[in-house]
Amino acid sequence: MFDFALTGLYQVFIPGNFLVLCIGVFMGITFGALPGLTATMGLALLVPFTFTMSPSAGLIMLAGIYVGAMYGDAIPAILINTPGTPAAIATTFDGFPLAQKGMAQHGLVAAAVASSFGSLVANVVLAAAAPPLAEISLKFGPPEYFWLGIFGLTIISTLSSGSLIKGFLAGCIGMILSAVGMAELGGDIRLTFGFTELQGGIELIVALIGFFCLPEILSSVIGQRRAAYAEKMTKPSLDVIWQVITALFRRPTLMFRSATIGTIIGFAPGAGGNIASMVSYNEAIRWDKHPEEYGKGTIKGVAASEAANSAMAPGSLIPLLTLGIPGSPPAAVILGALMLHGMRPGAELFTDYADITFAFIMGLLVAAFLVTIIGSFGSFVFSRIINIPSRYLAPAIVFMTVLGSYAIRNNMLDVWIMFIFGIIGYVSNKLKFHPAPIVLGLILGPFVEEGLVQSILAGKAAGGTFQYMVYRPISGVLIFLCIMSLLWPLFAAWRSKQKEAKVTELTGSKAERDVRDA
Amino acid sequence: MKKLATIVFVVLCVCTLAIPALAGYPEKPITYQIPFGPGGQSDLEARRQQPLLEKALGVKVIVQYKPGGGGSIGWANLISQKPDGYFISGINIPHIVLQPLARGNAGYETDQLKPIALFQATPIGLAVLKDSPFKNLKDLVTYAKENPDAIVCGGSGTWSGHHIAHLQFSKAAGIKMTYIPSKGAAKSVAAFLGGHVMALWGNSNDLVQHADKIRVLAFGTREPFPNMPDAPTFESLGYKIYASIDRGAGAPPETPDEVIQVLEKAFLGIANDPKVKEQMKKDGFVPIAMGAAESKAYIAEKVVEWAPVVKEFKK
Repeated sequence: MFDFALTGLYQVFIPGNFLVLCIGVFMGITFGALPGLTATMGLALLVPFTFTMSPSAGLIMLAGIYVGAMYGDAIPAILINTPGTPAAIATTFDGFPLAQKGMAQHGLVAAAVASSFGSLVANVVLAAAAPPLAEISLKFGPPEYFWLGIFGLTIISTLSSGSLIKGFLAGCIGMILSAVGMAELGGDIRLTFGFTELQGGIELIVALIGFFCLPEILSSVIGQRRAAYAEKMTKPSLDVIWQVITALFRRPTLMFRSATIGTIIGFAPGAGGNIASMVSYNEAIRWDKHPEEYGKGTIKGVAASEAANSAMAPGSLIPLLTLGIPGSPPAAVILGALMLHGMRPGAELFTDYADITFAFIMGLLVAAFLVTIIGSFGSFVFSRIINIPSRYLAPAIVFMTVLGSYAIRNNMLDVWIMFIFGIIGYVSNKLKFHPAPIVLGLILGPFVEEGLVQSILAGKAAGGTFQYMVYRPISGVLIFLCIMSLLWPLFAAWRSKQKEAKVTELTGSKAERDVRDA
Repeated sequence: MKKLATIVFVVLCVCTLAIPALAGYPEKPITYQIPFGPGGQSDLEARRQQPLLEKALGVKVIVQYKPGGGGSIGWANLISQKPDGYFISGINIPHIVLQPLARGNAGYETDQLKPIALFQATPIGLAVLKDSPFKNLKDLVTYAKENPDAIVCGGSGTWSGHHIAHLQFSKAAGIKMTYIPSKGAAKSVAAFLGGHVMALWGNSNDLVQHADKIRVLAFGTREPFPNMPDAPTFESLGYKIYASIDRGAGAPPETPDEVIQVLEKAFLGIANDPKVKEQMKKDGFVPIAMGAAESKAYIAEKVVEWAPVVKEFKK
């Protein structure tokens, strides 16, 4: 295998191939960074160009786009609170507060470094252990997806800082919104109120732009940030890059945990990066000694989200390359490209076509390093965007949001939906409803529904829905995780009480101290 | 690029308002709508055709995505376009037949879409894993008769090609089986390979791809499927089931026949191109070349065939 890896690496560094890789990474970052343009679109647009290239050059270019896009989506997430793709939702939670504190560059560099690290870990897994992992990925059936979805929903308890009821209410609203349109499973038409245009349902990116981006613009125009978009100006410097890199490498557990979560969720076909980054962010908070720092702007939060969503990309290629099952929409496009070059996924990719396959895998790997370099130095340029006065920046962002919501499906209705959600988001922010649970419901609603409907149908045929859904090894683990996750807030509360008690024991209660001091 | 394409398209739309359809068709870019997202099979076909269409027609062809509702959003959009031949769309059978039948109001009616040509067929087959106890279709039917609803078949979507084939076959064989829909063929194939369903209604290209792990019990074709000549057809086993997903192109209603003829010639030229045919065959598809009139008759035939099935099973 090592000789294949080396020949693959050699292929990547052939000047022509290296050039297309760089072009791919740049294009990927651009596609990822513009909300409404997705990695999938970038890949699909580029597939025809790869016809004329040699298979390895073509695939190396696609590798660049995929990896670039997985980082690019963090840029608008950090700067303007708009995830470039749904996979970067969790990046906004800490990225945008960082930018507001004048630390946009910290966020951008953290995103780049964590992205590369996530990619790196997942690629090593992909190169070393794809076939056995692919077999495990097939064990994920309807009940497993259902429980994975439920586990995802337990994150709401973390996201709804403050009021749990508000959080769950918002999650329910999101799930109801996700039911609008044609039910992909049952074919029924739901909640369209007679408008045939609504049969297409609510597009996630449109909802994201509406709920995350517009409220910030509104509060900047209406509120105090009229002059400057960020509360504090960003002053990029070389020191920041070094600081961030050392800070992140002092937290190997955080980095490895996030990358592992991303890889695992990536190779379960169909789960996708949207969930990966959320789960990883949630776990980062859970295991951190200072959970209160999250959500207020810490590079740890950005790193947790970005490492996971970038690890998801090579992860989703595991079932693709070994079984021909795409784990994500971009992977589906890569499948098409492989087929067009006459390469059929399966064992022969790792034997007959090993040179091309490993050129592709190494392409992903080298692209990850390019992302660190481009991201670190690009941060000087990108982070200054936020210093542009609001009266120029705000209209530019509004223009981009309109274009982005339209471009995703070439549908004007999406632009109106985006505006409506924007206004709802602004009002709900004022009422202290965080939009994150709504979006989580929107993402996980269809996921949970699919798992549940299929489980019930299959369970009936097998003679018992309950047995079918519960008595399975992976289901068991996931159910355990759900229960743990639900009980965690109680445990955390108990733990902090214990701590307090200890402190009291050592120093005496406040009343005693008062007496003593007096 | 996408942005640019959109802007160009909007500008062109504004221009078209002023100019009526002219004799020298085509003389400006044609928008080729794909009613699905990027990266699907319909998209890949359009991308394969795009340069060849541009060569044949002498104008630019812009591929535009309009996904949603399993294609219905795009087709509803198609019928509202100006019928001047500068806006065409990919059409898929059975989607354009079954959606109006099953939904009542899908935003368009089947006969509102004016077919230009059909260029690709994807036969649907019923498959089991290699280690399945069902050695042939007879085994499956016998088991299903003894154990109603116990056989779980996977497929993509409800009121889709797979679902209707499932219903038609169950009825023809007088058996009851459970159908589990998935969101898209890729997911149903994953569930099948993982052993979560016992049998799979699959598209020929997917079945070809996993040929070494599966046994196809029957294909819904008239002649044996060329890539797997040993697999029987439903017809040869005594069931009149013809199941296939066919891709083609269509235009808005009222598009003049002269315009359709120009487009038909271009599409059929590509469909008959030996190189294109070879590529399609290799990927597991069946290249076809049906002209406008033939396509129209074929679609009408399918409406007659499926309308009673949908009526019977739709509660």
